[in-house]
Amino acid sequence: MQIHIPTPLRAFTGQQATVEAQGRDVGEALEDLVRTHPPLRAQLFNADGQLRSFVNVYLNDEDIRYTGSGKTPVNASDTISIVPSIAGGCAGASLGSAGRC
Amino acid sequence: MALEMGREELERVLRHGEETYPHECCGLLLGRAAEDGGRVVAEAYRMRNANTESPQNRFVFDPQEHFQAQRAARARGLEIVGFYHSHPDHPAWPSQFDLDHAAWPGYSYLIVSIQQGRAAQEAGVNSFELAEDRSRFLQETIAVR
Repeated sequence: MQIHIPTPLRAFTGQQATVEAQGRDVGEALEDLVRTHPPLRAQLFNADGQLRSFVNVYLNDEDIRYTGSGKTPVNASDTISIVPSIAGGCAGASLGSAGRC
Repeated sequence: MALEMGREELERVLRHGEETYPHECCGLLLGRAAEDGGRVVAEAYRMRNANTESPQNRFVFDPQEHFQAQRAARARGLEIVGFYHSHPDHPAWPSQFDLDHAAWPGYSYLIVSIQQGRAAQEAGVNSFELAEDRSRFLQETIAVR
């Protein structure tokens, strides 16, 4: 199956936008991805081996949280997409000088 | 590294911020990676601020909407090279909250300041990259063409 690689992570895939991966479920496919591209492991997984909190994974059109997470079965014709959670805003302590947000 | 974008696209971002004021606006920067490692914006794509509890000082993408937008951009041959959002009545400078919720290094994080409902023009526009160790933002230049 194919895994679509987000733009900033293509530095770790030789600039490939998609990578072929093997596996019976999403977990195995992602493990195959980071096994063949080791620098991706730290970008996608935390020290406990769990997907980082801001990393969302879609199998075709579905968020794997609702389909069995890493145990979601896959087929050779499936597509996995990696989508970061995006949030922010002018809240909390300032990172700059006085008066900045 | 630098972010390159057309004046028209920058204006689109500023108008978005003015329209959503006093709430934060947010969106995608679609384009391509430049050969020198920078990023070139072809289109500023509006997203809905899905934060309903505190939209005046926080924003969040709906994950499904983000996924759909990413797929649509890919179908058009565009990549997501960064994100933008506004700071109503605050400077265009990242907050600790921005840092805590940043995604990966390699994106541009564009922030615009909207003061009393009006864009602060280029003085109120800054763009940043996330440091490789995620410890801080690094300001990048914005080349407006």
